Amino acid sequence: MSILAYFVKSANLILKLTLEHITITVIAVSVSTVIGVAIGILITRYRRAAMSVIGVSGIIYTIPSLALFGMLIPFIGIGIKPALIALILYSQLALIRNTYVGITTIDPSIREAGRGMGMSPWQFLRMVELPVALPVIMAGIRTAAVMNIGTATIAAYIGAGGLGWLIFRGIASVHTEQILAGALPVTMLAIGVDYFFVLLERALTPSGLRR
Amino acid sequence: MEFLLYCYERRAVILLAGLRHVEVSLIAVLLSVLIAVPLGILITRYRRMAHVVVNSANIGQTVPSLAILGMVIPVLGIGLKPAVFALVLRGVLPIINNTYSGIVNVDRSVIEAGRGMGMKGREILTMVELPLAFPVIMAGIRTATVLSISVATLAALIGAGGLGDLIFQGIVMADRDLLLSGSIPTALLAIGADLLLGGVERRLRKGAVQEAF
Repeated sequence: MSILAYFVKSANLILKLTLEHITITVIAVSVSTVIGVAIGILITRYRRAAMSVIGVSGIIYTIPSLALFGMLIPFIGIGIKPALIALILYSQLALIRNTYVGITTIDPSIREAGRGMGMSPWQFLRMVELPVALPVIMAGIRTAAVMNIGTATIAAYIGAGGLGWLIFRGIASVHTEQILAGALPVTMLAIGVDYFFVLLERALTPSGLRR
Repeated sequence: MEFLLYCYERRAVILLAGLRHVEVSLIAVLLSVLIAVPLGILITRYRRMAHVVVNSANIGQTVPSLAILGMVIPVLGIGLKPAVFALVLRGVLPIINNTYSGIVNVDRSVIEAGRGMGMKGREILTMVELPLAFPVIMAGIRTATVLSISVATLAALIGAGGLGDLIFQGIVMADRDLLLSGSIPTALLAIGADLLLGGVERRLRKGAVQEAF
């Protein structure tokens, strides 16, 4: 059977798995962003902890995803829960580091201007630090989103659903069309999301900081 | 404690899988370096090509590893060769990018100084650009190594062996000890490789600065 015929035949299944894939990714990215940005802001206030926090998230980041799933299963079981936990853990490095770097590299003169206007620390965070650091934070969210799409593919093996299911099934049954029915959409999804974030980053850069 | 006993009993299997894992990753990283470093150097000479190559490499890096592995099978089949091929596809991209940016970011005045001393293109490359860009290239090799170790676990699926075999079997058989006897060594291997190469990179950075002054 040609690839196209297989795509048409299993269009419903592919669509369903694509939606599952997007759902897992969106949940993971949203939760990770809340946690990662909060930790990132926190360590700009406690600079001494910054290096160790970023170091630990870096170590987690290097663990191969299949191994991390393997270490979570004995404690959490299989399904979507361990998948989401793994995705959230992986995203922390990109989010924490970018939030930290985004805030700590703000031009001192911008800081002085904010202080000079008599802003409280909370106002300063909300009206100066976060908006100015937003493009860098967005870049972190972009990295996390693209990475999560990739890791979610592997999570299909532990029963989390998504397009990886077709790839694993296809490999196991030596079914080329089935492999490609998972591999091609997931590739397009990753590239598409990456590009979407490029556009978003551009749109969210404060006009005063645009080059 | 029980788990340690299990590992001790199965030490031959785990060790063999671990060695296979290292072997597959190492071959892939070496091939990636041999392909990517010359390519990275080449595109610094043809800047117009560089834009296309670096952008394609960036897009390529977004492609999920399992998708790469899946797309390699219809073309090359299963076994060690397609697995290494998939690992190399993953590994070359960060090394190309870092070789290129490492060389491009070498201070112009240092290159001018080399020219002033009468160095030719090739001498500038081997005696100025490459030594100064080496820490950055090394960072790319480090990324590629960690990636290779990670993708090699998946490559077990297409018959390349390695620690991924134990993990996949452990998941399918719901065998906790088997699962952990694959997962923990894999994690340690990746973290160990990252720390080791990170140390090398730091030394190189120090060395590069000292040599420059």
